[in-house]
Amino acid sequence: MNWLLLLEQVLNGFQLGMLLFLLAAGLTLVFGIMDFVNLAHGSLYMMGAFFCATFSEWTNSFLFGALLTIPATFILGVVVEMVALRRLYSRNHLDQVLATFGLILFFNELVRLIWGPVGLDIALPDFLNSSVEIIPGVPYPTYRLAIIVLGLAVALLLYWIISKTRLGMLIRAGASNREMMGALGINVQLLFTLVFGLGATLAGIAGLMAGPILSVEIGMGRSIIILTFVVIVIGGIGSIKGAFIAAILVGIIDTVGRSFLPDILKLMVSSDAASTAAPAISSMLIYFMMALVLAIRPQGLFPPKGVA
Amino acid sequence: MFKKLALASVIALATSSVFAGEPIKIGFVTTLSTGAGVIGQDMRDGAELALDQLDRKMGGSDVTIIYEDDGFKPEIGKQKTDKLVKKDKVDFVSGYIWSHVLMASYKKVVDNDVFLIGSNAGPSTIAGKRCHENFFSTSWQNDQNAMAMGEVLNQRGIKRLYIMAPNYAAGKNMVAGVKRTFKGEVVGQDMTKFPAQLDFSAELAKVRAAKPDALWVFYPGKHGVQFLKQYSQSKLAKDVPLYNIFTIDNLSLPRVGEWAEGSLMTQFWAPNLDTPANKRFVDGFKEKYDRYPSFYAAQSYDSMMLIDSAVRKVDGDISDKDAVRAALTEADFESVRGKINYGNNHFPIQDFYLTKVIKDSDGVYTTEIVNKVLSNHQDPYASKCKI
Repeated sequence: MNWLLLLEQVLNGFQLGMLLFLLAAGLTLVFGIMDFVNLAHGSLYMMGAFFCATFSEWTNSFLFGALLTIPATFILGVVVEMVALRRLYSRNHLDQVLATFGLILFFNELVRLIWGPVGLDIALPDFLNSSVEIIPGVPYPTYRLAIIVLGLAVALLLYWIISKTRLGMLIRAGASNREMMGALGINVQLLFTLVFGLGATLAGIAGLMAGPILSVEIGMGRSIIILTFVVIVIGGIGSIKGAFIAAILVGIIDTVGRSFLPDILKLMVSSDAASTAAPAISSMLIYFMMALVLAIRPQGLFPPKGVA
Repeated sequence: MFKKLALASVIALATSSVFAGEPIKIGFVTTLSTGAGVIGQDMRDGAELALDQLDRKMGGSDVTIIYEDDGFKPEIGKQKTDKLVKKDKVDFVSGYIWSHVLMASYKKVVDNDVFLIGSNAGPSTIAGKRCHENFFSTSWQNDQNAMAMGEVLNQRGIKRLYIMAPNYAAGKNMVAGVKRTFKGEVVGQDMTKFPAQLDFSAELAKVRAAKPDALWVFYPGKHGVQFLKQYSQSKLAKDVPLYNIFTIDNLSLPRVGEWAEGSLMTQFWAPNLDTPANKRFVDGFKEKYDRYPSFYAAQSYDSMMLIDSAVRKVDGDISDKDAVRAALTEADFESVRGKINYGNNHFPIQDFYLTKVIKDSDGVYTTEIVNKVLSNHQDPYASKCKI
């Protein structure tokens, strides 16, 4: 066993976990507090990446582009909530799934009309486009490290908002008992709009951070949104803490599994069969984990208080 | 006597007018949506250029071409193919970027006595035991480029090789191909999930730990762009040089050129390949679309020219399938690579070259031929084909 490699893979897993956490935090809030299934969360992630690519080109700086993207995705989230989603809260989940699936198609076509089918690239500034040796002898890309640091910072900020501010108190109350909160005279409509805007902003941040590693392109949210749903189911719907821990678990299991499973399988079957079967099996690992969690603790690992 | 003669001439006139009036119908299945839509667009542009140069006529008959989008999915490709064959009643079906899409659609065409002219994918099963007399390729069999690259690696003294490719039909063929000719040791191999996986950090970390002499990859389309980006961010290049096939092409070069300059790959063609037909193709393409064509466009151009050669040979009478098949096998036309010689499985027996990414005199990134690696090369599956 190569320990340096394992350590590097754990870092890679953390980095994927941070992206997943940013997506899952927004999704779990919207699902948990508003009882609203938003399949179009991946589209907000995509819009974040496209905004960042465009703003970076205008301002000629990735950092300014990223800073401008944050309010832009917040406004986009608020507008989407006010124009389309508000009408769907009282409908059942199937209607919500259908409507937000329509939103995915809408955003994909919108992007095709505005930016074309090819996709964009986000250029990194030199100080991020380098590598650091945090593990001796293993240069690690600075940008991936920056994602981990930023992800942790956002997690801390969210923790502070949720546990120390009045908005956070309302959010927690909403996750535990929506009807009671309305009965106490809280402006639920406004809270929902703010929560949705916050979720959109977090998805946008995930998108802008993924942009420089992956290509910015139509449908980029599709594959990651499935993982995100797995994360919130494992973590417990409505729980930020659950989303954080589950995202890191999923990120590490996915990355480490992908990395070491072929070698483990090679001990049992021929090398060609192992390298063909391994990607299929390693991508199933997280679903095994989800099935296990659902069987033992259907409410998730860390459900919000009052939900059992 | 006079009556009989008149009758005969009327019949002759009637039947010949049927041939001249009936347009030649071609279906073209490719990917026009999703991120891979750029490839389909380039193939369509190549085919359209060929039809323009033919004045939209083949053997005196008008040509109708119907483009269909497979959405990068085998099941949709199969549906669209079915529609072309059964509803539109096309005479030829062409296109197909992806091996898994082609394999899903293949039987729908060839079993209905329609000719399939593959313009890109060349999966091993179609070259080997499931070969069919109605299938013709204007590209290559998947293994061949990889086999050429294996030879290049031997020539360059690479002893320890790491392999990365997507886990689907073509990826497996390409890996089998490079292993068939590469004489050194394969120290590691990763088959990544396709098309879902776009982050290669875990695999690149393994490459670094394995310390190979070279990294060999096959990542077509958008996966190539992503891979190159992450490879350059990982700073592996100074220790582990990259050899690729179908990962960098004239579609991705405008985006990845600066990271890719000097990259080496193997191909049957490059824009500067010196044949009269290729000059006509590349010059015409640059004039019409103001960019370099990719190999995808070159193959699609050849598909149309191959169909034209066959239709001309039978004087526009495509009702006699055996005659058309014989004419297609003969491939009596100037292809962009020179004359096409078909093997028994209807894949071309052709030369493969080492090509390199350069900046042309206008500062545009393109590929150019360095030297020939394999001459008159036939794919290894032809012997399994019983035609």
